[in-house]
Amino acid sequence: MSKRIGMEIALATAEAVALCRPDVIAAYPITPNTHIPEHLSDIVAEGRLDAEFICVESEHSAMSACAGASGTGARAFTATSSQGLLYMYEVLGIVSSMRLPVVMAIGNRAISGPINIWNDHSDIMTMRDLGWLSLFAANGQEAVDMMIQSFKIAEDAAVQLPINVNLDGFQLTHMVEALFLPDEKEVDRFLPRRKPYAALHPDHPVTMGALGMPDIFTEATKARDQALVDSRTVILKVWKEWEKQFGRRYEPIEAYKTKGADVVMLTMGSMGETAEIAVDELRRDGVPVGLLKLKLWRPFPFEEMKKAVRGVKTLIVTDRCCSLGGPGGPLAAEVRSALYAEAARPAIENALIGLGGRDVTVDDFKQMFRQAGKSKGIYEFYGVRG
Amino acid sequence: MAQKKWPETWQEVTPGCMIFEGGNSREYHTGSWRAQRPVWDNAKCIKCGICYIFCPEACVKEDAQGYFAADLDYCKGCGICAHECWPGAITMVEEG
Ligand code: SF4
Ligand code: SF4
Repeated sequence: MSKRIGMEIALATAEAVALCRPDVIAAYPITPNTHIPEHLSDIVAEGRLDAEFICVESEHSAMSACAGASGTGARAFTATSSQGLLYMYEVLGIVSSMRLPVVMAIGNRAISGPINIWNDHSDIMTMRDLGWLSLFAANGQEAVDMMIQSFKIAEDAAVQLPINVNLDGFQLTHMVEALFLPDEKEVDRFLPRRKPYAALHPDHPVTMGALGMPDIFTEATKARDQALVDSRTVILKVWKEWEKQFGRRYEPIEAYKTKGADVVMLTMGSMGETAEIAVDELRRDGVPVGLLKLKLWRPFPFEEMKKAVRGVKTLIVTDRCCSLGGPGGPLAAEVRSALYAEAARPAIENALIGLGGRDVTVDDFKQMFRQAGKSKGIYEFYGVRG
Repeated sequence: MAQKKWPETWQEVTPGCMIFEGGNSREYHTGSWRAQRPVWDNAKCIKCGICYIFCPEACVKEDAQGYFAADLDYCKGCGICAHECWPGAITMVEEG
């Protein structure tokens, strides 16, 4: 039976990972990491989880250790944030190219500088093109659920790709929330043991991570891209199974009160929770606004996006990150690409908000809704002083 | 066994480009990269085996008399053997 508990979300996320019985956890235990690996090391030390906890000397080693472990057929997990993710960078593409289903929790935080450790999406956005599946949690319950779903999705015979679960640094990781934590039996029923496509073993030699020269690189890249595109079917299937067993529904884009809405806002992560309150209050005043919450970032849900904005006049895309010198926020850029060929599409405004941990309040969301249609240029730093 | 050097189409690429047959690097002839070839002067050779140890392609072979020579199917002409051979028995010459 699931238990309803009040727990810091980072700890609950660690408990969820432990329920998935990872064989190897490798993490570098210092800022900018979260309590996720710290709590997992406690769980292992207490003997509640029979896993190898490798306290590595850097995030580069953390991801390398996960790659090696996953290559032997083990279930491998790590967690990081911000600069730590950057330090891992070199190995991230290797892991996805080798089709190793490593699972990673990212407590999203800003990339410095100026030096900043607070909530922001600039860390995950740097790795959006590296072949990882990517989910975004709006609250602690979703973080817990997605953690468990992730192992099943990543390890599916038709997927075999690494996956990251994004939960906003501080806004989620350090928040205490009331949530349902499934028990071991339920998770065992949902999540089978990993059956690797191939595993490193002296009795069955296999080469992983060989050189790919110009005569094969294009084909290898096409195969990688297709694997991500095709993983969508498995993600939807796993989410259906989850809903059936646990009663909580997951979709690539969750719509909130979008019926009859002229202005709709799109959020990723924890901002969706605050924006819901703004929508409720504006609706109460008779203003027809709605909200879309993106949960699946990779593979990008193109079809769902087109469907979700049908009939909408103005779409406000929020980005907790700036593509410096580029098209504004990465989410807005992708939404624009998704809708470009559509005959009827909403006007798209892009608000860069909540950067480096700045609070975004209910009033901010209401203000953005009220300002809809007045945005100058293709993106705007909402609330910037000056 | 006749074996393709690489998949013709992207559909044939194994997940993760994994390779299941051992020893297939033998089929990739890195000798085509070579611009210079090492030439041994056995009169200067003291049979120390340094060239054999240092060759990154592991393509230097010992003959029955204990002298060394490169397998030109794989020698990529890096010149490491010539650089390491301290009696100066190996000279790199331009490929014609
Ligand atoms: S390194 Fe020079 S001297 Fe030594 S075995 Fe090779 S060719 Fe002979
Ligand atoms: S030139 Fe390089 S590859 Fe060729 S035999 Fe000498 S060390 Fe080996």
